[in-house]
Amino acid sequence: MAMTMHLDIVSAEQAIFSGTVEVVIAPAQMGEVGIHPRHTQLLTPLKPGEVRFVREGSQEEESIYVSGGILEVQPHVVTVLSDTAVRARDLDEAAALEAKKAAEEALQEQLSEEEVAAAQAKLAQALAQLRAIQNLRKKKIAR
Amino acid sequence: MASGKEIRTQIKSIKNTQKITRAMEMVAASKMRKAQDRMSASRPYAQKMRNVIHHLAQAHPEYKHPYLLDREPKRIGYIVISSDRGLCGGLNNNLFRDLLKDIGQWQSQGASIALCTIGQKATVFFRNLGSVKAQATHLGDAPALTDLIGTIKVMLDAYDAGELDRLYLVYNEFVNTMTQKPVIEQLLPIPHEDYDAELKHHWDYIYEPDAKAVVDGLMMRFIESLVYQGVVENIACEMAARMVAMKSASDNAGSLIDELQLAYNKARQAAITQELSEIVAGAAAV
Repeated sequence: MAMTMHLDIVSAEQAIFSGTVEVVIAPAQMGEVGIHPRHTQLLTPLKPGEVRFVREGSQEEESIYVSGGILEVQPHVVTVLSDTAVRARDLDEAAALEAKKAAEEALQEQLSEEEVAAAQAKLAQALAQLRAIQNLRKKKIAR
Repeated sequence: MASGKEIRTQIKSIKNTQKITRAMEMVAASKMRKAQDRMSASRPYAQKMRNVIHHLAQAHPEYKHPYLLDREPKRIGYIVISSDRGLCGGLNNNLFRDLLKDIGQWQSQGASIALCTIGQKATVFFRNLGSVKAQATHLGDAPALTDLIGTIKVMLDAYDAGELDRLYLVYNEFVNTMTQKPVIEQLLPIPHEDYDAELKHHWDYIYEPDAKAVVDGLMMRFIESLVYQGVVENIACEMAARMVAMKSASDNAGSLIDELQLAYNKARQAAITQELSEIVAGAAAV
């Protein structure tokens, strides 16, 4: 009987595959790697591409597309941590800038709200003064 | 006492409100089920990721990642996860109260605070506190990891640059439908109480292309997966809390309607009795 190992393919949003396989072929960043059972411990990023594997007792190769991720190999367990998004440094940077901008905009809004509050306070003050003046006038007329 | 007509319009308006709250209750219930599914779907990834990090800590890497090293906590960062919408009971307020208490403790020790808010409610609440570095809102009921990457990167960059010494994740933990627990969890440095495993023998990974690149990528994804998990869990909490809040609102409306109905019946009976006695008195006078 052929030797086997356990393969898990998971992404942050769902578990994709879990089962016993005979061989795994993955698109590592430095080139495609084929993993057989009892491979030494290995940790490497994956490029977008196909992860191919042969199930226990089957002749056929199956494949699952991953858009990058990380491959961890232990002698009897192989884990593919698949990305759900297309990752690139520039894209990440852009997303980060966007998040920062959103926070700044929220602060801007706050400023305008503060201005509104300040204006309202001034308005209330002015109204009170007006009322006081009117009261004074009424009293004068009454006299 | 209010007249019959007034009570009737009141009953009608309460009934309309009750219809709305009941509909919201049912919507929340179905959304909660979906959110729970999503929660359990994202769990294996975080679990596997934790295993790999665990292995990594057991190995003897040539490169120690800064996320694993403790620094003196002078500047504290929080990633706060809240809901976008209200009408979910005290869910957000309980969370914010716990967080404010925690912030107060750090501040009394002379630490400075930086925040990152996810969700409309947190953004509005913490706007006045200042020092909000990044935010993400309107993620919807089925958030994608893509929506969070930027927000998280701002905080991780700040940590890398030494602007933060600690990073906490603040969210509601889904215990069950009736109970949601506010949690403040330490993200960075990665807490290592479970790292004191026995060192069996000396081994290390083969890193391709090199240890730094691989471990950096891994750590970033690990933190992202934890935050994503928090967001998904918080959505399940939001739906559960809303369901419970709307159920009690519907129940309250029901009892209010019962009371008003009684008052209405009494008023009507009183009116009839009065009319009758007037007629009888009129007949007797003739």
